[in-house]
Amino acid sequence: MKVFDCPVIGRRPISEFDYVGEVRKPPMDADEASWAAYVFNRQGAPGLLREWWYHRPTGRWYVMERDTLKDEVVRFIDLEEVRYDIPA
Amino acid sequence: MTSRLDPQPLEWLDRSETRSFEFEGQHYIGFAGDSISSALLASGQTLLGRSFKYHRPRGAVTLANHDVNALFQSSEEPNIRGDVTPLAAGMQLTACNVNGSLAKDRDQIIGKLSRFLPVGFYYKTFHKPKKFFPLWERLIREKAGLGRIDTGWSVRRKAKTYGFCDLLVIGAGASGMQAALSAAEQGLDVVLVDENPQIGGSLDYQLVNEASAAVVRARLKHDVQNHTNIRVLPGHLACGWYTDHYVPLLGPDGIIKMRARAVISATGVMEQPAVFRNNDLPGVMMASGAQRLVARYAVKPGQRAVVLTANSEGYRAALDMVKAGVDVSAVIDMGSLAERGVWADELNALKIPVLERHTVYEAQGKEQLKRVVVAPFDGDKCDSRDAREFDADLLLMSVGWAPAAQLLYQAGGRLAYDSTLEQLLPQELPNGIFACGRLNGAFTLEQRLADGERAGAEAAAFLKGEPLIPALAACRDTQAHSHPWPIVDHPKGKNFVDFDEDLQLKDLVNAAKEGFDNIELMKRFSTVGMGPSQGKHANMNGIRVLAAVTGRSIDQTGSTTARPMFHPVPVQALAGRRFRPERLTALHPWHLDNGAQMMEAGVWMRPEFYGRPEERAQAILREVQAVRTGLGLIDVSTLGKIEVMGPDAGKLLDGTYTMRMSNIKLGMTRYALMVDDSGVIVDDGIVGRIAEDRFYVTATTSHADATFRTLSRHIVEWGLDVRLVNRTGTLAAMNLAGPHARKLLKPLTDIDLSEDNFPYLGLQEGTLCGVPVRLIRVGFVGELGYEIHLPVDAALQVWNTLMEQGAEYGIRPFGVEAQRVLRLEKGHIIVGQDTDGLTNPFEANMPWAVPLKTKPWFTGKPSLALLKERCQRSLRGFMLPQGYSGELPKECHLLIDNGDIAGRITSIAYSPSLGRYIGLAMVDQPLASSERMFQVRVDSGALVPLEPCSTPFYDAEGVRQTVDLTEVA
Repeated sequence: MKVFDCPVIGRRPISEFDYVGEVRKPPMDADEASWAAYVFNRQGAPGLLREWWYHRPTGRWYVMERDTLKDEVVRFIDLEEVRYDIPA
Repeated sequence: MTSRLDPQPLEWLDRSETRSFEFEGQHYIGFAGDSISSALLASGQTLLGRSFKYHRPRGAVTLANHDVNALFQSSEEPNIRGDVTPLAAGMQLTACNVNGSLAKDRDQIIGKLSRFLPVGFYYKTFHKPKKFFPLWERLIREKAGLGRIDTGWSVRRKAKTYGFCDLLVIGAGASGMQAALSAAEQGLDVVLVDENPQIGGSLDYQLVNEASAAVVRARLKHDVQNHTNIRVLPGHLACGWYTDHYVPLLGPDGIIKMRARAVISATGVMEQPAVFRNNDLPGVMMASGAQRLVARYAVKPGQRAVVLTANSEGYRAALDMVKAGVDVSAVIDMGSLAERGVWADELNALKIPVLERHTVYEAQGKEQLKRVVVAPFDGDKCDSRDAREFDADLLLMSVGWAPAAQLLYQAGGRLAYDSTLEQLLPQELPNGIFACGRLNGAFTLEQRLADGERAGAEAAAFLKGEPLIPALAACRDTQAHSHPWPIVDHPKGKNFVDFDEDLQLKDLVNAAKEGFDNIELMKRFSTVGMGPSQGKHANMNGIRVLAAVTGRSIDQTGSTTARPMFHPVPVQALAGRRFRPERLTALHPWHLDNGAQMMEAGVWMRPEFYGRPEERAQAILREVQAVRTGLGLIDVSTLGKIEVMGPDAGKLLDGTYTMRMSNIKLGMTRYALMVDDSGVIVDDGIVGRIAEDRFYVTATTSHADATFRTLSRHIVEWGLDVRLVNRTGTLAAMNLAGPHARKLLKPLTDIDLSEDNFPYLGLQEGTLCGVPVRLIRVGFVGELGYEIHLPVDAALQVWNTLMEQGAEYGIRPFGVEAQRVLRLEKGHIIVGQDTDGLTNPFEANMPWAVPLKTKPWFTGKPSLALLKERCQRSLRGFMLPQGYSGELPKECHLLIDNGDIAGRITSIAYSPSLGRYIGLAMVDQPLASSERMFQVRVDSGALVPLEPCSTPFYDAEGVRQTVDLTEVA
């Protein structure tokens, strides 16, 4: 079972987290095909992937950059980096 | 105890305590410290079990937790490993896998038929004719499998505990102990674990009679047990490696989940059998097995022995046997005497004949070894023309070793075949994984100590982040301890490669020739290595055979990885304690006191109905009628309850829910529907506005945590200034519903309940019975109703007051079942029951909840815009025909249209208000849009007609929930 060296909360086992998948931004003005691709396709190739992880006991979100081939967390991403605006 | 020796220097026995037990109806006596097998062997019982397939006689082979043909059955437990399970007083044991008794197993006949049962016979034979398959299956199931399980057992569980350390050293032999000391000296917190009840490893059975080893043994044992940085855990098996060095240690009290920062595997080697005819007879055993018998249990393994060897360990074993009083007739060396050095001289001094470049061609005997036939051997083939015979009841095999590398493989390590040592050796190990000792090719005591020292130092450097120059191969031996081909063919076969599955040499050769020439394919077709020992004896020889047949090298042939856990673990240890938390509402004790039948709702317990189980239907009816005609009160504390605060609160809710929430008026609520990116409904609830920058959100019981999670992610993702508070646990909630709801509340609250001030869908804060509350006027069950949200510690007081004061209106508590009926009558869907993982709002008849034109964005909007005109199914209401009295359809029964599946029932219930069965069905187009009758196939296969109808079934105009009927009247 994996352990994450989290900023703020330290070493925590993976069982305390929910995995919520790849960090993606919805294409706001996409045509049908690219919207469908956004909804249904995921990056499956091994390599670096930015992923959402939710720490249930503290309700805190982390974005980790993980090497999915080696199953190693490369770094924790500043949440500012994954922000995007939604049309209001 | 006819075969018991005088006390041995390191024996595990406590001779002050005798233990009597029964085996196959016979009475036996052993000592405390005996294993079941050693106690039986001490009493001269060498036949311990029957083999899996041919029911051949089998005995002890390793005494090292690998004796899978000496499994025992007690009344409570099947497949007890006799070679390692401690003998307990009063045990009543029988052999596993026998038809009749062990001595007269009726299934021995199968062995005589073996030549008609080639590898793959079952696969190829018993699948046709198809109609006979159930018969074949029953017959084969009867014959297959080992012990018997008594399903009437009471539940037994062993708690799991958690352990932490810097370094876990697995294996407390010479190299493991040295590695632990070397790391502990560097200040690391070390756990040293060994599967045996006593530490020492092979020092204590292979090197018992060596003076130099005695000094080392005393030093290592003393030092590891007295070092403040080392915790020693004997009797614990490290049975798997999981990510980031998470290693389950199986011990007598259950599993310790050990989290280490680094692991040293000093797990040693497993002695491998030679393959020759009848190599499975009782009396044929591993040299190390015989040494364990003598050193640990003081049991004399036999009277007259022949030793087959390909290494110096065999010579040493022969000398140990002589010391134990065994008459050693000959040592048969597959190689040459010149390689054995001092050992050969010692044997020579004892006048024990050594036959070099010979091997065992055949063992003879019926239920026990009687004779050994040896013949010249050129390293590949045996010349049986010059065969010689030796009378013997004991044949020791010391022809090679396989690394106990299961944990290394699981951790992602790579092993490669070393042609000097004729053994697989670690080649590349992942970060934080180290190996030492015989597993790593260090065979002499000096090499093993040096290798342990090296591994400990490397682990310490790794953990301290110091530069590390790995020298995995630095301490390896330069001489082979394994024979590359300890295998001889025999025209009559019965030369077993796999003792678990009774696989003979020809079975593997045939499998390879049939095209199963990849190790993974061969394993699955022939089942080599798939028995209880998981290939601990069979895999190495299996690989050698496959490599020889295909003309490939050992490395090209590959090796299989034993998945964790690589050793059988009792289910009671795996299960651990029952950790399934239940959440209870503040009113839970009241529900129990008032006869509620509780049910699970997600992690919560909720009242299903109030009344005796046998009166279920009537009880639900009574509750429904109370709500429709008088008053009902239901505990809805399990709803998700979230405070959403901050300047961007409206923006967050607009983006998360389909409908606009930022324009809800103060003191009002709105239905809230949440869909995912693909437009599928995931949750519903209500959103109410408490203040300009403050909203109150409810979510369904089972989705509450996920809704909180989604909202909190959107705050991060969209960079919003919002704070969330999850109040699901701190607030209770109850719903008061029925025509008299307002009348009951009026005298108890300071909130103005008048229609003008507090209309349908209104939300007001105030006090009720002196308690601060939020009241929400909802159409929850289709009657005038108020949802009361209040602090949990005041819930019981308010509930009791409402029940007391409501008595004059006939108030009743109602449960989840009545709520379902009431809601179904109103056509309200239940997310997750009437919708599934693909249902969008259009299919659920909620286009009004999808403002595609007026909202620029919400999660899932682009999908819903595409799906709007493409709905292929739709939720429809239906009723059973008036007066229908046949078999009742159930939820998930399929609608059939022109012979095809055309949908399914999602909800069905008897509606007391309508006096008929009503329900919802998800119906495919075009049937959904037609007014044709539906047909549903019920359990018996009959088709039952359903009348489609519009929803709501009851009070379609919604008059009852908006107006106080008694006031209207």
